[in-house]
Amino acid sequence: MLDREQRKVILDPLVDNNPITLQILGICSALAVTTTLAASLIMCLALTGVVAASNVSISMIRHHVPSSIRIIVQMTIIASLVIVVDQLLKAYAFDIAKRLSVFVGLIITNCIVLGRAEAFAMKNPPWMSFLDGIGNGLGYSLVLIVVGTCRELLGSGTLLGYEILKPVTEGGWYYTNGMMLLPPSAFFIIGLLIWGVRAWKSEQVEKPEYQIHQVHRTEVI
Amino acid sequence: MEAYVSLFVKAVFVENLALAFFLGMCTFLAISKKIETAIGLGAAVIVVQVITVPANNLIFTYLLADGALAWAGLPNVNLSFLGLISYIGVIAAMVQILEMTLDRYFPALYNALGIFLPLITVNCAILGASLFMVERDYDFGESVVYGIGSGFGWALAIVLLAGIREKLKYSDVPDGLQGLGITFITAGLMSLGFMAFSGIQL
Repeated sequence: MLDREQRKVILDPLVDNNPITLQILGICSALAVTTTLAASLIMCLALTGVVAASNVSISMIRHHVPSSIRIIVQMTIIASLVIVVDQLLKAYAFDIAKRLSVFVGLIITNCIVLGRAEAFAMKNPPWMSFLDGIGNGLGYSLVLIVVGTCRELLGSGTLLGYEILKPVTEGGWYYTNGMMLLPPSAFFIIGLLIWGVRAWKSEQVEKPEYQIHQVHRTEVI
Repeated sequence: MEAYVSLFVKAVFVENLALAFFLGMCTFLAISKKIETAIGLGAAVIVVQVITVPANNLIFTYLLADGALAWAGLPNVNLSFLGLISYIGVIAAMVQILEMTLDRYFPALYNALGIFLPLITVNCAILGASLFMVERDYDFGESVVYGIGSGFGWALAIVLLAGIREKLKYSDVPDGLQGLGITFITAGLMSLGFMAFSGIQL
């Protein structure tokens, strides 16, 4: 169905060129909404939808936008799409919308959306841009789901609200880890996740700015 | 007066935009390698925050809120769904005006802050502060104080992180954790430290 290049556009952002762990884009919401898996899933859907739709619309008008005002045009399109998502969430999932509070609105300034519009959609036709949007949305979702699962499972012993590890307070055996529900744990989990990905894909490792001289046993100092 | 001081302290330490709400993370992690650049960016954020939060407060109270257009003879109009697009428009316009004013009248300051100003338009800390201001129903006075406080808190956080990272480059970090990874862990520890402030009331 999809040829090789198109598959590459979708699959590349998952691990090899992940927006969060490699490009440092869109981290704010990745950290903030992941206390429960349900909120993370809704956020993933919202962001993937907005990236794909904004990439398509920006790609369609890319020949008609003068480059001096392109940022404001992109911002207007993205902001309109986010308003639609925000209103939909308020209408059909009010509880979750309340919990996500300002973070739905902050999709506007999520660097993934503007970054993909600027780097990919301005140069490529609509169908490819759509696939690129979906791919980057999935890469973002992957990280959010991993972080959300860790935090909800270890923090309150549940997944999507269903009890998996029975906590001590209800006669079970699992001591809930309160730190997982607090902001710092999100930093630690993403830090460790980056470590894991880079241990697997060693070409992503950054060069240190200042290298401590390594001494080998055979070397005379 | 006391309420304002309390709000300021709360915005700087307890509800620090960077470390408790993770706003402006992309710039927070990307531009914190050197203390000088961190101070420049921090100052620019404070300035923009002080202007945009009260400006958005006026726009919300007199144009967008439910029944706000009563002065124009339209008491039944509720335009609050246009909030997001108006705030980002105000922020983009304010940053542009600020850039032009600085360039014309304060060239020295423009040279110091200039490169950071365009980055600020897409900094979620700025939009986030405006959205929190609306969500928490601050009045005009409170929104001025909140603008100063939240901007100052963000600047404080990025300068602290830059200080730590300048020392960190001499330490022997495992390969995979080099750069971004260790920065995340550092920010996590800082955020843990800032949690000690939670619950403080003046």
